[in-house]
Amino acid sequence: MSAYIAIADVHPAPASVRDSVAWDEVALMARLIAVDPSGLGGLLLRGRAGPVRDQICAWVQGLLPAATVVRRIPVHVSDDRLLGGIALASTLRSGRIVWEQGLLPTCHGGLAVLPMAERLESRVVSQLCAVLDRGVLTLAREGVTAEVPCRLGLLVLDEGIGDEQVHVALRDRLALQVDLDALDARSIPAAPTQQEPLDDVRARLQSVTVGADAVTAMCSAAEALGIPSMRAALLAVRTACVHAALGGRTEVAEIDLALGARLVLGPLATRIPAPTPADDDAAQPDASDDAGEPNEPEPNEPESNTPQPDAPEPDAGPTDATNPDRDLQPCDDEQPPSTSGLEEIVLAAAKSGMPDGLLGALNVTAASRGATPSAGQAGASRTSTRGGRPAGARAAALEDGTRLAILDTLRAAAPWQRLRGGGVSSGPNDMRRIQVRREDFRIKQFQQRSETCVIFAVDASGSAALERLAEAKGAVEHLLTDCYVRRDHVALIAFRGTAADVVLPPTRSLARVRRRLADLAGGGTTPLAAGIDAAMVLANESRRRGQTPLVVMMTDGRGNVARDGRTGGAAPNDDALESSRRLRGTGVPSLVLDTSPRATPRVRLLAAEMNARYLALPYCNSAGVSREIRQLAQGGKPCR
Amino acid sequence: MPVFPFTAIVAQDELKLALQLVAIDPSLGGVLVLGDRGTGKSTAVRALATMLPSMNATRGCPYNCDPGSAPGGCADGCPRQAGGDTVVDRVPVPVVDLPLGATEDRVVGALDLEAALSRGERVFSPGLLARANRGFLYIDEVNLLPDHLVDLLLDVAASGENVVEREGVSIRHPARFVLIGSGNPEEGELRPQLLDRFGLALEITTPKEIPVRVEVVKRRMAFDRDPAAFLAEHAASEAAATRRLVDARVRVRELAVPDRVIERAATLCASLGTDGLRGELTLIRAARAAASLDGSSETNERHLVKVAALALRHRLRREPLDEVGSTVRVDKALEEVFAA
Repeated sequence: MSAYIAIADVHPAPASVRDSVAWDEVALMARLIAVDPSGLGGLLLRGRAGPVRDQICAWVQGLLPAATVVRRIPVHVSDDRLLGGIALASTLRSGRIVWEQGLLPTCHGGLAVLPMAERLESRVVSQLCAVLDRGVLTLAREGVTAEVPCRLGLLVLDEGIGDEQVHVALRDRLALQVDLDALDARSIPAAPTQQEPLDDVRARLQSVTVGADAVTAMCSAAEALGIPSMRAALLAVRTACVHAALGGRTEVAEIDLALGARLVLGPLATRIPAPTPADDDAAQPDASDDAGEPNEPEPNEPESNTPQPDAPEPDAGPTDATNPDRDLQPCDDEQPPSTSGLEEIVLAAAKSGMPDGLLGALNVTAASRGATPSAGQAGASRTSTRGGRPAGARAAALEDGTRLAILDTLRAAAPWQRLRGGGVSSGPNDMRRIQVRREDFRIKQFQQRSETCVIFAVDASGSAALERLAEAKGAVEHLLTDCYVRRDHVALIAFRGTAADVVLPPTRSLARVRRRLADLAGGGTTPLAAGIDAAMVLANESRRRGQTPLVVMMTDGRGNVARDGRTGGAAPNDDALESSRRLRGTGVPSLVLDTSPRATPRVRLLAAEMNARYLALPYCNSAGVSREIRQLAQGGKPCR
Repeated sequence: MPVFPFTAIVAQDELKLALQLVAIDPSLGGVLVLGDRGTGKSTAVRALATMLPSMNATRGCPYNCDPGSAPGGCADGCPRQAGGDTVVDRVPVPVVDLPLGATEDRVVGALDLEAALSRGERVFSPGLLARANRGFLYIDEVNLLPDHLVDLLLDVAASGENVVEREGVSIRHPARFVLIGSGNPEEGELRPQLLDRFGLALEITTPKEIPVRVEVVKRRMAFDRDPAAFLAEHAASEAAATRRLVDARVRVRELAVPDRVIERAATLCASLGTDGLRGELTLIRAARAAASLDGSSETNERHLVKVAALALRHRLRREPLDEVGSTVRVDKALEEVFAA
């Protein structure tokens, strides 16, 4: 059993030993989830698809009793299929409502597998959360209002890279997580087995008791690790109970608690516990040094957010998430005497479950909070057949997700009734059916509001900082107020030194943009080309999500770092102009604000290459800028 | 499906107060609960339903109409409209959960599909708004709801009437309900125009103190293990809370609000610069409801202070980039007004 408690051990174990330890832990998680899928909420598998992931899924399925339902829920599942809906063909044939059960209620008592969970639309996420919370599915659709029992666990397959991750609301409800990249595909051990029948374990689980001090220890650990959600502590205790039941105990023992803390609380930690607040500062730099071998899937796209210049580089080598010798907290042995022994053990165990490179990971999680990319973002000024304001009906084949416009369909069918032999009713008591054929189908159309994503690329270099960074910040702040009113998404890129950072991926949370902006420090050289490139990548990304991107570039145009990092010569300027032309090629509307003290032809040339509007900051007030952006959003032609 | 009892909810006093206030005086106009995940928002709302006393309703009426009200007040489909004999039922106050993913036709009501397809008749099939009449409509993640649905819900909540003009159906029916919305602002902000259409608003956070957190976990586990025993254990306190609510509801109409309290409320609103009179009205009504919940014979300044943040924090003219939370601004204004 791998339920050891982390004890400082200065000698790293050989790789093979660490691998087997990691695999032992995964096997244990598979057993835990098989015992109590609905109680634990589910298992999150983060990483690329591959043999490792397939193996773990197979393990979980293999442990479950044969009769257990395990269904895959595709990422773009329609509400009809997820929750249930009218089986249209048979409804029309029989003339009465025929209900088709959805995937979720089918999984009652079993597991639902969610591939590509990072792309789940928020409507699906909220349905899943409601079902996990309540164990029943509340239906209010298409003439049916009902409550259906629906207790299930989720196997969430998160393939996100970098910032992309499964929606936080869903993550919050899952007890267990496995980082697939930390596992070595070459050393997959034999499948775990369950000697005792699961039913017996489940029966024992009912009678497992938890002491008050155990609950206190878990809550203290959650607090010390900066986990705000109450669910984490609940799930950790539940995991401890399941582990006790698996081990044949009816009372939760120390090792059960340690395991619950390590598996559940560890990966959720948002801060490194320090014995005293004074040590907090000291602990963090150490931990960041310690992050030499990250096991988080590192951002490797250029737009990825690495706010720290010294953030760890991607490391291909598999590392061990549960490495017991990882000493994240240098002051480990200086625990205050006030904490009880049990609390210490639980906290130490939770820390051993903390992912490597915590600080880097923390920045990623913090940055992507609320900005979870979703497949369901409203499209840019397009007509949709799924949601939005009703905008008439049109003839079309019924596909998944489209909605039948009943009256229009009946209306279309009406003239043909006599020809089809159904006949128009001849009197009030004539109950002959109306024949509706495929060509009569009319589906509803909806107008969706277009969503704009304003990407601010701010030159934070020394030359700009000295002169006008504060002013540029002021202008951005004013624009943000405007964006807030129009509910735009806003992203922030800063370029200085040798690279451009996505300080904030597209978000609607203006308070966060403002905070990041205030923290933005100026200084260093001007990698202008990199800044333009980063804006372009982000613009393309937001377009893929169905938004309408706009780029607002704030620079003095004095680029002095080329794309490959070289300084001096003509390369920086040439690269910047070339990047501008590429941005023009994408057709993304853009605006260049000249932040140099006097309007210079340099920035004007840049704007011309970009086919962007040009405004010199000294001559335009921020109201003027926001008017320009509005016009840009409405598709106006650049004025120069 | 057993529901976690209201009185067993640990801490979260402001949330519990707000819910009780709107239950006492539905004209307050809804509660908006914003806050972190896992703080007991949904639990509290669902628990409220079980605590409310049952009410008289006309059997067979899709809108749960009050048999004591004027018969003209109900709509088509109500037995009283047809002029037949009516039977009175005691029914629990409806708390309707608006699931995300609900289709618009199920919310407002629509053409009865079965009748349309099989008999070609136009029959109105009432939606969730009809079911929520005289009760509560709860929307979790209100900030994720499509804008057009939120507009519609707030409009109906404000007018107390649902007007359906769709698919050849034309009907209006009573839909008086208290709207309760919850959500996490980090996932998307509610349109600012919609904020002040909720009567009360509060921000909810996870308890930080370890003993409170421990108690939360313990009670939840006890409930999960044996719901029946847990409910029995809290039955007495639930009954007492219900009685308090019933009394408060009766008393609230007659409860006096002295002029000096009204003046204080006006001064407070003026110093905060809230737009219009809605803020003042809600503030005074909320104070009155708080007084009747307390069992006081008169509304006083203490009640005003108690509900000021609830009633006003979302009505302040908001600089979206303002660092200072609106709660802090209300508290400051309270200090100033009451120091004077």
